[in-house]
Amino acid sequence: MIAWTVRTLPQRASTWWTIYRIALEERMAYRGDFALGTLMRFLPIVTQIFLWWAIFDAAAAATGKSHLAGYSFHDMVAYYLLSMLGRAFSSMPGLASTVARQIREGEIKKYLVQPIDMIGFMLLARMAHKSAYYAIACGPFALVFYLCGDYFPAWPTVEVGLAFLLSLVFAFLLGFFLDLCIGLIGFWFLEVSSLLFIYMLLNFFLSGHMFPLDLLPVGWRGAVDYLPFRYLAYFPAAIYLGKVPSSQLWQELGVEALWLVGMIFIARYLYARGVRRYSGYGG
Amino acid sequence: MVIPSSTNVGNPSPVGDFPARDQRAISNCQSVAVGDLLPPTERRTDQQRPAAYNPASMAIIEIENLTKTYRVYQKREGLKAAIAGLFHREHREVYAVRGINLQVEQGEFVAFLGPNGAGKTTTLKLLSGVIYPTSGSARVMGFVPWERDNEYRRRFALVMGQKNQLWWDLPAQESFRLHQQIYRIPPTEFTRRLDELSDLLQVRPLLGRPVRELSLGERMKMELIAALLHSPEVLFLDEPTIGLDVVAQHNIQQFLKFYQQERRITILLTSHYMKDVAALCKRVVVITDGRIHFDGSLDQIIDSFSGNRIVRLQLAEGQTADGLSMLAEVESVELPRVTLRCARSDVTRVLARILERYQIVDISIEDPPLEEIIAKLFQDAPAGRNDVAEVEVGR
Repeated sequence: MIAWTVRTLPQRASTWWTIYRIALEERMAYRGDFALGTLMRFLPIVTQIFLWWAIFDAAAAATGKSHLAGYSFHDMVAYYLLSMLGRAFSSMPGLASTVARQIREGEIKKYLVQPIDMIGFMLLARMAHKSAYYAIACGPFALVFYLCGDYFPAWPTVEVGLAFLLSLVFAFLLGFFLDLCIGLIGFWFLEVSSLLFIYMLLNFFLSGHMFPLDLLPVGWRGAVDYLPFRYLAYFPAAIYLGKVPSSQLWQELGVEALWLVGMIFIARYLYARGVRRYSGYGG
Repeated sequence: MVIPSSTNVGNPSPVGDFPARDQRAISNCQSVAVGDLLPPTERRTDQQRPAAYNPASMAIIEIENLTKTYRVYQKREGLKAAIAGLFHREHREVYAVRGINLQVEQGEFVAFLGPNGAGKTTTLKLLSGVIYPTSGSARVMGFVPWERDNEYRRRFALVMGQKNQLWWDLPAQESFRLHQQIYRIPPTEFTRRLDELSDLLQVRPLLGRPVRELSLGERMKMELIAALLHSPEVLFLDEPTIGLDVVAQHNIQQFLKFYQQERRITILLTSHYMKDVAALCKRVVVITDGRIHFDGSLDQIIDSFSGNRIVRLQLAEGQTADGLSMLAEVESVELPRVTLRCARSDVTRVLARILERYQIVDISIEDPPLEEIIAKLFQDAPAGRNDVAEVEVGR
């Protein structure tokens, strides 16, 4: 088995590269629309920063406190920008709906007839999409981080930096498999848009995208800690800002890795059962 | 052409519409056995095939009692019924294919004919492994299709006229590159086959154009190239000429005919165009209502299902068609041309009478149009659409 894996690796790596390259080219086909869409996503940053400014102002006037749940205004801006970075890895626009549409319209036949694995194919295509996105988004990201440079704490240690990068990679994979599972439910329900809406809503509030999870009441916080959403935006930002004690850092990453493995298993299971069902019922 | 002339050992055979240089290309490929196209590690040996398959004694496609039923939700009219349907749904079992038995030998080109919903496409889907049967068995090259063995998937191809497998926004050659990778086609072979196929189908200048900008006919040609790049031994074609104009249809027919004859691959085709079938297939399987209603040659269909002949007359000047209806059924009168229809057994008698009584300039006797015979064949088939097993299942 291991010998087989090693022997076929160059061949498979070459296949992976081709899928990645072609998916990237496809992204480039609509470069104008794509670039505009990517840049537009940076507009809410400005409004969000003004919103937090107003909130901190009002809080200071009413209670005289300059901190909310341990965050100063500067911390909050830094948190917000870092969580944006996390979301740039973990958000999967259009993935679940594409998968559901391919199931509904029978495009999935392609993956059954050709010697190709649908989940692997989708993952490579999504990596290509993300690469194209970063290529365009890195400029605005750099600009925003530069302008708000004073709001960030000192550079993290090497250990924290590594953990931060790893948490971004995990955020990408976890986001991919969560979204994929929603899409694969399309094998059972032809329309997944309302399910997707609920998922997005939970994601929005429980991932830390809307506000740092430290702001949640203690009871809620405990519940949210047992869900995978927090790894999609809150966790990478919290690592960078030193909110995760170094004694817990690798343990937390281990828990995230377990979530990831779990989601991969669930996605594989859903796919296998779904194909079985699809094959039994129609196509 | 990148094909070295030293490999040109085959005899250039006269081939329909293809230019001479393309004939040479084809004769080149004829001289290369399929096994030689693969690198040593991928060369197929009989040990690699499932133990049950023995090409010498077994048909390449063997289907036994294959049955497929679908469970469909029986929706009733009205809001009340719709609300009731939320809690309790009635389902019916609908037969798509009921107990098909069929054997296809290596190198056959077989047409599936039948009205819409007869089970043709379902059968192709079963053989491609896209769907599981309800009961029965099938083996293609010794593989059970719905086990979807990767080895099996590398050795057949499915083309659906209404489905697009190519990347829409990219040039077709990018999709071909991907096929090279996923089917593991060695680079030199890939280039050779792509050159050969794109010359044969005359699409070489279009390889670099985004698929979305191609016409339907051009796109179909690209789909065929994508399906044939890995040299499948078995090809399933589901209405490959649907929606194409006459010229494009003809081109694709010519190509398929030529390619099949050269490579001796096994092809199963469904089509609604009799011209496809007449041009390509020696063997015709008529499926109506999920059952095989006829299995034989086109000539046999005409012989067994059409007892009539069409007699076309061109009358001499000044002659009228009066009295002809006494001799045979008059189909049309557009003087000086008259078309008659009579039973096959009556043809000589009728002709003798006509020649006796009328002055004739020209005469011809034909079979009725194939479409008409097939339509009659479909109609004569037992109408079993309604005898589905009704089963109520709550969900």
